[in-house]
Amino acid sequence: MHELRTGVAFFLFLTLLAGLVRVIRGPTLTDRFIVAQLFGTTGVGVLVLLAADGDRGALRDVALIFALLAPVTVVAFVRFAIGDPPEASREEPRR
Amino acid sequence: MTVLNVLSALFLLAGAGFCLAGTVGVLRFPDVYCRLHALTKVDNLGLGLVVVGLSLEAGSWATALKLFLVWFLVLISSAFTCQLIARAALRRGVGAWGGSRES
Repeated sequence: MHELRTGVAFFLFLTLLAGLVRVIRGPTLTDRFIVAQLFGTTGVGVLVLLAADGDRGALRDVALIFALLAPVTVVAFVRFAIGDPPEASREEPRR
Repeated sequence: MTVLNVLSALFLLAGAGFCLAGTVGVLRFPDVYCRLHALTKVDNLGLGLVVVGLSLEAGSWATALKLFLVWFLVLISSAFTCQLIARAALRRGVGAWGGSRES
């Protein structure tokens, strides 16, 4: 079972590397950012698989942190990609 | 090799297959929205199958619950981020696929 888990983890890592092709070729900025999302999901999968063997339970916590921080990167990207909110939705400054 | 071992191995292999399908979708689909669709659905199913396969052999309830918590967080974040990224792409004027694949 140890060999199977390591093998599946390596296979997922290879799919991550294949995803980099989209970073190089993707015509728009959004296409390139999508791959960061792929790294989030599949990277969590790799970490969880590696955490199942031996004395590496801490990697499971690392996967948890990855899953928590992935949306933060997306919000930052969206802010960067579409700029500030329009005037109508901005809060009036207090006088 | 017990029944649990075989079940776990099957779940892990199925999860690997779905993750491969998600990557192939990201590489082959024609526009951003189709790629997002492949990425935020198929990959999460693959991760879920991997989590089920691992928790069958986790050995303790605490470990299994933590694995499912990881999956749950990824599911929620994917649902939100898919919508956010698609909206950002629309605002930036990224067109959707017209329906005829060139080359």
